[in-house]
Amino acid sequence: MNQVIRLVPFALMALISLFSNPVAAQNTVPYTPVTAERLLHPEPDNWLMYRGTYNSWGYSPLDQITTKNVDKLTPMWTFSTGVNEGHQSPPLVNNGVMFITTPKNQVLALNASTGELLWRYQRELPEDLFQLHPTNRGVALYGDKVFLATVDAHLLALNAKTGEVVWDQTVENYLTGYYMTLAPLVVRGKVMVGVSGGELGIRGFVQAFEAETGKSVWKTYTVPGPGEKGHETWSGDTWKTGAVSIWVTGSYDPQLNLTYWGTGNPGPFIAAMRPGDNLYANSVIALDADTGELKAHHQYHWNDAWDWDEVSAPLLLDVQRPGKSFKALVHAGRNGYLWLLERKADKIDFVNATPFVRQNVFTKIDPESGRPTYDPQRIAGIGKRAEFCPSVWGGKDWPPAAYNPQTGYLYIPANQNLCSALTGQETTYQPGQLYIGVDFSKIELLPTAEAKDHIGEIQAWDINAGKKAWTVKFKSHNWGPLLTTGGGLIFSGGTNDRYFRAFDAKTGKLLWQQRTNSGVTGVPTSYRIDGIQYVAVQSGWGVDAQRKQELLDKAFGTKTFVPQGGVLWVFALRK
Amino acid sequence: MRRANDQPEESNTAHPCKDCYASRLLSRRTVLKSALGLGVSLHFARVADSAETDPKKLRPQIGDVFIFSSGDHQGQVVTIRDLPEGGPPAFAYPLDPKTQTLRDGSRLNRVLFVHLAQTELTDPTRAVAAEGVVGYSAICPHTGCDVSGWKAETQHLVCPCHASTFDPKDRARVIGGPAPRPLPLLPLRTVDGKVTVAGAFSARVGAEQK
Ligand code: FES
Repeated sequence: MNQVIRLVPFALMALISLFSNPVAAQNTVPYTPVTAERLLHPEPDNWLMYRGTYNSWGYSPLDQITTKNVDKLTPMWTFSTGVNEGHQSPPLVNNGVMFITTPKNQVLALNASTGELLWRYQRELPEDLFQLHPTNRGVALYGDKVFLATVDAHLLALNAKTGEVVWDQTVENYLTGYYMTLAPLVVRGKVMVGVSGGELGIRGFVQAFEAETGKSVWKTYTVPGPGEKGHETWSGDTWKTGAVSIWVTGSYDPQLNLTYWGTGNPGPFIAAMRPGDNLYANSVIALDADTGELKAHHQYHWNDAWDWDEVSAPLLLDVQRPGKSFKALVHAGRNGYLWLLERKADKIDFVNATPFVRQNVFTKIDPESGRPTYDPQRIAGIGKRAEFCPSVWGGKDWPPAAYNPQTGYLYIPANQNLCSALTGQETTYQPGQLYIGVDFSKIELLPTAEAKDHIGEIQAWDINAGKKAWTVKFKSHNWGPLLTTGGGLIFSGGTNDRYFRAFDAKTGKLLWQQRTNSGVTGVPTSYRIDGIQYVAVQSGWGVDAQRKQELLDKAFGTKTFVPQGGVLWVFALRK
Repeated sequence: MRRANDQPEESNTAHPCKDCYASRLLSRRTVLKSALGLGVSLHFARVADSAETDPKKLRPQIGDVFIFSSGDHQGQVVTIRDLPEGGPPAFAYPLDPKTQTLRDGSRLNRVLFVHLAQTELTDPTRAVAAEGVVGYSAICPHTGCDVSGWKAETQHLVCPCHASTFDPKDRARVIGGPAPRPLPLLPLRTVDGKVTVAGAFSARVGAEQK
């Protein structure tokens, strides 16, 4: 039984307001339906989707909070979610109504200016569910509905005004290892989701459903089956359990009507267990928004051996280079390279790739195709240990990069000075069991000597010039998704010291910081109500950040305590 | 009632592969016959641990034997001689010997066994072990993964999902990682060398609900 707790019996409130403070009546926030048009051109005051806009910039044009006054930023209100583990979802805001999600598939609707709870949805999860990644990365909005992809692999439509379930669609069987953590992507009345389970021998896909009814419209596997293009890049039956999960929201180009998704690694981790290029793993794929047809792809690296999911969707930018202006896809890879690609209606062209952290696997990159050549020493086999850099968590994991059109800089939440080692072992596939070909508890994290100095970074790259502009360094590893604003700022947490910070987007100078309850791995957003600009973010450490911290502590002989428990923080300028 | 459970079940069934689950299915008639003599214990054996009524989903019941769910002996009844002393752990589902119902209807019924030297077990652990064989829920109380890893050097159980570590010698105490509590313990007893259930799980199995 799913539970909706509506906290405000409206009739009662109306009665109270007759006799007492009339302000109390404001707790009913009228809801503005989200149209396809609004998603194409979201008002600056709102944050209607995962990265704010379809181009995945993570950019708010709001400019009330600036480099000059950000030191007056102060918490307005907070909200405890009552849940542990990784709080990674962005607070979405639609004309005064905020939606956040938490691990265990709770959705909270709040008055975005006062923090008053409007409703709460809590999914009752099956008791035999297991969660490798206990997190959720947010909802999507369309019409008067809120869409949630659940950890037991259902897609739900909730009534945005009440939190009641409008429809509940089974996407896959969770007992066979499928689960979902991403925020859905809504394009022209269709709700798109992808599936997680790359460590559990799934076969990944993206699927679209009618927003109105929940009816399936199309489904495209990320591992091509017999007769499909790319199937020849898998040997024998390996495609059936080839993984290639999708766990971060895609981008969308309305001109080309293409959605762009980053894809996960192939499974198991050990490359020799699935000879071939393993399309469309570790790639960007372009899917037609209406039909799901795979129109184009670029594989960042083939036959992955390092667990380098490339699930972050590329940012869509217009790049001006001497003698060449083009529509680009930009992706800071888990593989440690910054990829610049050109997007076209029927193909994706390689432009160039530059390492942004220490990388010792690629020996060269073909200038035409972008195909890397590997150092064979860096590839683990069955019974063969191999060390490689960056670590299995990569140069940049899922925390999204951001782009600020004022500075022309791309901002990357990076991790430097970390390597890993893997050793392969024979594994047989069993439905719903880990299927990675290595002993999970023996995945090694190897800090380099420089890691004592720093690990986490925020890097700014001048995309037109193709050069790094500056780097901010943190002693801690960095799991901070980025927000950048029209006020010339970058906001990010991500470190194990629990800070949420603001930096100058031009120079990287630290301008403000606030210690929070836990580590901040949530996606920050910004919105405006009644002329006041707010910045909102969830603080709640867990999942990979916590696991990596344990391994770092082991390596350094330290003991770092990052308390868990989610809290939403909302900031504005002190009057 | 205790006596009823002490009675050897099916001790006189003879099959070419005596311990195979498949061949045991053939012996259902014999089993049903012996079940008649165990009417009292059938009632008693119902543990309060689960509200389920589907016998395939019921938590292990007193008198249940076990069938290996993976490994070289997959499909066979778990006997103490199949469990190598010193580890690694083996995994199994309970089987109601009377109805031959394999309780694999819920993954929460997956149990792990480790065979250890009796002298290495703490007193309270030894008390519920069967000749050095300890039984625990195979489901990690953190977020519900199967605890399938084994650290031979320390004889610790390791959950592969987020590396929670448990000491099977001491009631599966949490040694490290995010698990909020020990693995639920399943009291065991051996009957004719077979590992059987002697009591209910010490705690609710599965992930934390909060
Ligand atoms: S599920 Fe076992 S450690 Fe997380």
